[in-house]
Amino acid sequence: MALLSKKDANLILDPLADNNPITIQVLGICSALAITAELKASVVMALSVLFVLGVGNVVISLLRNVIPSKIRIIVQLVVVATLVIIVDQVLKAFAYELSKTLSVFVGLIITNCIIMGRFEAFALGNGPWKSFLDGIGNALGYGVILVIIGFFRELLGSGTLFGIPVLGDPVTKTGLYSIGYENNGFMIIPPAALIVVGIVIWVQRSRNRTLIEEA
Amino acid sequence: MLEHLELFFKSIFIDNMVFAVFLGMCSYLAVSKKVSTAVGLGAAVIFVLGVTVPLNWLLDKYLLQDGALVWLGPEYADYDLGFLSFILFIATIATMVQLVEIVVEKFSPSLYNSLGIFLPLIAVNCAILGGSLFMQTREIPNLGLALNYGVSSGIGWFLAILAIAAIREKIRYSNVPAPLRGLGITFIITGLMGIGFQSFGGMLTGDNEPPEPTETTTAKTEEIKEKKEIKKEIDDEERTISYNEVINK
Repeated sequence: MALLSKKDANLILDPLADNNPITIQVLGICSALAITAELKASVVMALSVLFVLGVGNVVISLLRNVIPSKIRIIVQLVVVATLVIIVDQVLKAFAYELSKTLSVFVGLIITNCIIMGRFEAFALGNGPWKSFLDGIGNALGYGVILVIIGFFRELLGSGTLFGIPVLGDPVTKTGLYSIGYENNGFMIIPPAALIVVGIVIWVQRSRNRTLIEEA
Repeated sequence: MLEHLELFFKSIFIDNMVFAVFLGMCSYLAVSKKVSTAVGLGAAVIFVLGVTVPLNWLLDKYLLQDGALVWLGPEYADYDLGFLSFILFIATIATMVQLVEIVVEKFSPSLYNSLGIFLPLIAVNCAILGGSLFMQTREIPNLGLALNYGVSSGIGWFLAILAIAAIREKIRYSNVPAPLRGLGITFIITGLMGIGFQSFGGMLTGDNEPPEPTETTTAKTEEIKEKKEIKKEIDDEERTISYNEVINK
């Protein structure tokens, strides 16, 4: 981190914990919930958002003095949509199976509120380098939560990580299954994601009491 | 007719925008503190979905699908503009939202006051873009069904936000553990509601197997009954709103 001043480093580190886009700013929930049944999909989604947000923030920041404020939303949408098309085409070309799993959720990165939120709140008022760091930081904060949820859902729901069985074989009853452990099918269904996020928020706010909301 | 009915119930209950595919969660969480604002946003979502899904269906059919440009002439039959769908869909949505906002502001200030502030929020609501994208991936066959799909998924979203807003209004009087207050408990409640909605999954599986009554059914009957009541309210609400729109046109 010698390259970065302390202030710049904070741009990256803050969103990882105390200003996390998902659990504190409540942005970008949709995709975080829908595709986290498998760890692999979560990681790919996090990387896609990292790319779109990092590059998009820089582009918007470079254009910030040119865009008329009245039509800025449409300009922002066009920038994001272009970047997302790139991601989508790359995924279709090199990871076709995965792009089927993610289905419409790649497209929905366009309306992922993290992206618009960071454009509005940061890139429109700051230079390209800072915006880039802010984009990376927020995308990482988003990715961390995605990976946490994906990890627990896949581990408890299917007993695998990245598709590799880690708890033994449920059919032939090896490993943990030999002592009567069962997969929790509940973790695979969509509503479980919401409950896992709720628990993550609970844990985070118990550790840092300043984040607790007024009733 | 039957397929319309089937799609209608399927998009409201089984593929509910919020509980089954998690679309529009951002505004769902942000605007669900009060029932009255939730109703405003829900109505706006129904309306915008009802307008943009058929429009995007037309775009998809005559511009984007593989070989869709054939109406221009046989030499265009090989073109596949599918990769442009994201940008075209979002442009349609953003333009429509802006247009609707201007028209409503001009012709009905009262409707604008109740609904207008939510319209800009909607352009970036994933439920709207998601509606169009799902319409594309599910290959909805004709314009009527596309309109039906748009409106009914909007109603599903409306139902969800209304239910959570009502619960959040009441939960203020409960003693929730401090770190869970606000956002945390909302997530968990939504999860529980989602599990309830999963029970609709068997509704349209066809005549192959009779539905098996499970033990949980009795526990859920009450919940469902409650939801039905809410639904009834929504229907009434919706009717008055669409009535307003008709008048304004």
